[in-house]
Parts: sequence; structure tokens; C-alpha cells
Amino acid sequence: MEATQEITIQELQVQIDALKKKVGKLEKNRKDQLSMAVVSGDMDKILATMIISLAAAAMDTQVKLFFSFWSLSALRDPKKTPKGKDFISKMFGMMLPRGKNKLALSNMNMAGMGPMMIKMLMKKKNVMSLDEMFKQAGELGIEITICEMSMDLMGFKKEEFIDYPNLRFAGAGTFVADASESSIQMFI
Amino acid sequence: MATDLKSLKSNLVVDARGTACPGPLLAAKKAIGEIESGEIMEILSADEGTKNDIPRWCEKVGHEYLGFFDEDSFSRLFLIKE
Repeated sequence: MEATQEITIQELQVQIDALKKKVGKLEKNRKDQLSMAVVSGDMDKILATMIISLAAAAMDTQVKLFFSFWSLSALRDPKKTPKGKDFISKMFGMMLPRGKNKLALSNMNMAGMGPMMIKMLMKKKNVMSLDEMFKQAGELGIEITICEMSMDLMGFKKEEFIDYPNLRFAGAGTFVADASESSIQMFI
Repeated sequence: MATDLKSLKSNLVVDARGTACPGPLLAAKKAIGEIESGEIMEILSADEGTKNDIPRWCEKVGHEYLGFFDEDSFSRLFLIKE
């Protein structure tokens, strides 16, 4: 009788050890971290991205944003005009919004009237401007990664992006690696 | 509870009435470093959503949320730093 009980405790110990190992692994894989793939360059979606990111950062969640495709327009610095672009890159550069204050709305854009009205309302209702949001994001250590492939595809140059403290350039693999260890993942 | 809060002496008052969501939360996060553990912080907010956000923040980060009461055009929210 005593012998069988001893075996059970030993077996339990083995199971507990296995569980401990598993929990440790799970904890490591689910960091208090938010990963977002930002693909849209619409003003409303960039706003949502920044508001959620700032709220997460305020709650001590590490935030990693991966900007690709149309969203790159939001990161352009209108004051910077890089040299040495080919014809198509120049065309793209001319047709796409020059920075976060030139973005269109996904709905009710009305040839630029919509964004103007939204900006007026935001001011009236004390909502931070996109400029202020990016400034705060930088201060809170929110990381922004620019997708190198879409940057090349659209003919953007590294020199034409905003001055941001945590800006880096990488590929989709970096997003996947970040996202796989994050407890929250989003695609916008 | 409400009468208790009204007689409470805060160690720090954060006036975030000039910003909408997520402004008050950011202001609270930035200000919390200025007080010691066990001290009371009071947040003034004119943003309705903040009444839900601050208790959730406290719950996540570990501060003790004490509650809020409304003034004419804003609310006073109270918490004890962890």
C-alpha cells in the first residue's frame, strides 16, 4: 500500500515538472506585447493604429508596429525630398500622400473635405493630432518597423521618412517573429 | 464611498481635462512615477471613457483603484500607487 502511494507521488512530481516546463515556455511565448501589421494608409486607420498603440503603451504593454504598403505614406516627411529616384518612383512619390497630414479617409473623403472636417473636430474635442500622437509614441518607446520590400516596391528612400527614435527597417520575418511572441496581434 | 473620496487628500493631482482618449491614461502613466508607493493620485478627466480605462489600467499594473466622483463638467478619479 505504502509503495504504491510513493510511486503516485513520484509520478505526480514528474507531471508537475513537465507542466512547469510547459508553463515557462508559454510565458516566454506570450509576452505583454502588441504587434500590429499596418497596411492601410487611410487617415482613420492610422489614427486607430496610433490610439490603440498609445493606450497599450500607457498600460505598460510593449508595442511593435510593422508598416507596409500604403501605410508608408504616413511615415513620409514632407520636408524631405530625396534625390536619385527613377521615373516610376518619382511618379509614385507624387501620387501618394506626402506624410500623415495628407492622408485620405476611407469613407467620406469628399476630395479632402472629410479629413479637413475630422481634423477640425479632433481639435475641438481635444483629441491629439497625428503629429502629437507620433511624438508621444516615440517618447513611450513604441517601435516602428518599415517593410523594406514595400519601400523598394513603391520607390521610397530611407531618407524621406520621418525622424523617429525607434525606426528600423526589416522584412516580413521580423513581423512574424515579433507577432509570435506577442499576446496581442492585429492587422490593419 | 463618494463622501469618503471627497474628503480624501491626494498626494498628486493630474489635470487631464484638456485631452480626450487616450490622453488621460497617458497623463496618468507619466505622472505615476512622481509619487511613492502607497501615495494617492487624483486624475481630473473630462473624457467619459477614462472612467472605464483607469480602473482597467490599475487592475493590469497593480495600483489600487479607489473610485471616482463627478463634478460639473469632469470627473475626479482616485487611486493608490502599488
